[in-house]
Amino acid sequence: MSVPTGTVALFATCINDMLFPDTPKAVLRLLERLGCTVDFPLQQTCCGQMFTNTGYFTEAMPSVRNFVDTFGAYEWVVGPSGSCIGSVRDQHPMLAKRLGDPGLQREVDAIVAKTLDLSEFLVDVLGVTDVGAYFPHTVTYHSTCHSLRVTKVGDRPYQLLKAVAGLTLIDLPNADQCCGFGGTFSVKNPDTSVAMGTDKMRAVLDTGAEYLVAGDNSCLLHIGGLLSRNKSGVTPIHLAEILARTEDDYLVQADGATTKSGGAR
Amino acid sequence: MSPERTETVQDTTVVHERRTPAPPPVTLIGMPKFPKNAKKELANSQLRTNLRHATTTIRNKRVKVVQELPHWEDLRLAGEAIKNRTLRHLDTYLLQLEASLTANGAIVHWANDAAEANQIVIDITRSKGADEVVKVKSMATQEIDLNEALEEAGIAAWETDLAELIVQLGHDRPSHILVPAIHRNRSEVREIFLEEMGRYGTPPPEGLTDDPAMLAGAARVHLRNKFLRAKVAVSGANFAIADSGTLVVVESEGNGRMCLTLPDTLISIVGIEKTLPTFADLEVFMQLLPRSSTAERMNPYTSMWSGVREGDGPQEVHVVLVDNGRTKVLADQVGRQALRCIRCSACLNICPVYERVGGHAYGSVYPGPIGAILTPQLRGTASEIDQSLPYASSLCGACFEVCPVRINIPEVLVHLRNRVVEEHHGPSAWGMGMKVGGWVMGKGNRFGMLEKGAELFGAVWPGDKVGPIPGPASAWLGARDLKKPPTETFRDWWVKREKAKRSGDSGQKDA
Repeated sequence: MSVPTGTVALFATCINDMLFPDTPKAVLRLLERLGCTVDFPLQQTCCGQMFTNTGYFTEAMPSVRNFVDTFGAYEWVVGPSGSCIGSVRDQHPMLAKRLGDPGLQREVDAIVAKTLDLSEFLVDVLGVTDVGAYFPHTVTYHSTCHSLRVTKVGDRPYQLLKAVAGLTLIDLPNADQCCGFGGTFSVKNPDTSVAMGTDKMRAVLDTGAEYLVAGDNSCLLHIGGLLSRNKSGVTPIHLAEILARTEDDYLVQADGATTKSGGAR
Repeated sequence: MSPERTETVQDTTVVHERRTPAPPPVTLIGMPKFPKNAKKELANSQLRTNLRHATTTIRNKRVKVVQELPHWEDLRLAGEAIKNRTLRHLDTYLLQLEASLTANGAIVHWANDAAEANQIVIDITRSKGADEVVKVKSMATQEIDLNEALEEAGIAAWETDLAELIVQLGHDRPSHILVPAIHRNRSEVREIFLEEMGRYGTPPPEGLTDDPAMLAGAARVHLRNKFLRAKVAVSGANFAIADSGTLVVVESEGNGRMCLTLPDTLISIVGIEKTLPTFADLEVFMQLLPRSSTAERMNPYTSMWSGVREGDGPQEVHVVLVDNGRTKVLADQVGRQALRCIRCSACLNICPVYERVGGHAYGSVYPGPIGAILTPQLRGTASEIDQSLPYASSLCGACFEVCPVRINIPEVLVHLRNRVVEEHHGPSAWGMGMKVGGWVMGKGNRFGMLEKGAELFGAVWPGDKVGPIPGPASAWLGARDLKKPPTETFRDWWVKREKAKRSGDSGQKDA
């Protein structure tokens, strides 16, 4: 394992910051446990994806500029989201180029090279797959399209999950199929989105897993919303929250509730 | 549905008997947008079952045959490169194609749009004294709605591909590029044949069942007369090779071969982007196309013809080179990659949206992911349906992965969404929301203020989740609960932790 000397910037992502604070807390705890120095620059906001992918390029530009201003000075930028990291790496260069601002383009290109999804940072930079986590539950993993096809995290999340003590991982059928979230697609095409999500939910239920784990809380917001509405009893959870837990947590909370996150997403 | 149609011309009522089954009319104005069409189709259990079965089968088969080729990614890159080169120098290759075809004895026509292309076919057919044509399955002729233009001119166009025949006899429109009747099952096909076949030619045999072999047999007998008596055939082309003046049609049933060889006159409608520079380029596409479309190593029938051969095959060969919006697409630096499309339909078969809503929801000859990027470019984005097509995708990116010519469909979708936004400036709730949101996300303290609102909501909202609420929120809440915002954002928690750290407290207990 090789811990970087510089400070790692935590890019929480707007949705996690506001709706899923347990996830960035888990990232922080995990990275500090592994010896990293982590900072959360308060100027951070959003990757701008919801604007870009809805066609509002002009409206996405403040987010792009703010991203380079906020994170430009750090050695690494790490976020718990294949989708938001993918947006920074895939769409920020396109937006900067369209704007015809070579200065911004250079800044964006420089930041793209050091912006990583949590699973990439753990496996590629720190060089760990066993992060010392303990999670005595049955889980199934949803790969999420942008983790898979934009950020291309590959099998890193599987490597990390397989090294978690106590965890039983069950393969999700049709794992590479979209859950139907798709950002604003979920409200612009709600019926199709729900139809896709229902099929994903069925696949999740077929596994019999207690937890549905993913590297993106946005997809979990959607699938979790369906799981909750249908009283499925399956809890959505971010990969980081599993990796952050150690045996000590369970010792401390031996007869209390062992899970902090839960309910509707 | 009645095969007759009444037309009123001035004061005289003329009864003009339709020669072919009437399909549902296509009217862009007033066509509902994609989400509305999709909602209707999603409720069709038969359609859902057919599509799930058909697309799952074909995409699993595709993976197998693609894995057999270790150099598949190289083939994709080659396909992309050849098409890019062709499009970059399309003017040169088109003139070369015209010269080669002419030297081979073919007659080349140029058509700016659908109306011009259709008129050329009408004029040639009339000049042969024919009142009917047999057709090879062709997307270009669907695009220009040739059958209806011929019908108006009193010429019957007979589809001879089995699935196109089912669609035609069913007074229907195709819902898939490769499998036009994918939305029908065999018992529906039997019903259509029993009801309609006899009205338009040889009726089906007594005791027709829904056995696929028997249904195919009925179609074969029905079509035989039409093949034998037709003087004119109409085809498209998968490829038009500039250096040799060769047209290529790739098919599975042999009906194409019959049309291409039996009638005396052959008219091929070819989109200008179908051009390939050299005959050698074909080797790349003959590996890419069958594996991507039917998931076969090689398709059963590949027909190639280079002009006229005396005493062999058609003695008059016409080629109509059609633009119909393609040069407009070519002018768009991001959107032009859609012109690389070889109509394999792999993107339809992999698309989770297409799999659930089917082809008709797209209101376009080209459905699925490729339709969502090609149609709004060819037709423009004036209508509601065309404005909604770029949004008919969750941007999952599976289509890009399977595309044999590497069209980055998600990239073009996002590009076209931007075009729709830029072109339609009228005030809208979305526009306002995005404007405010864009400003908020420009600075951390602005977003922090918004988060205060979320915290407040979380503090006052009873219960641990937001359930169904009527009104605009039902787009999300209709079927999905929403997690209640927590009373403390990560930002606030972090600020507290840092403050505690500075004041000497360990601040670790909540981490």
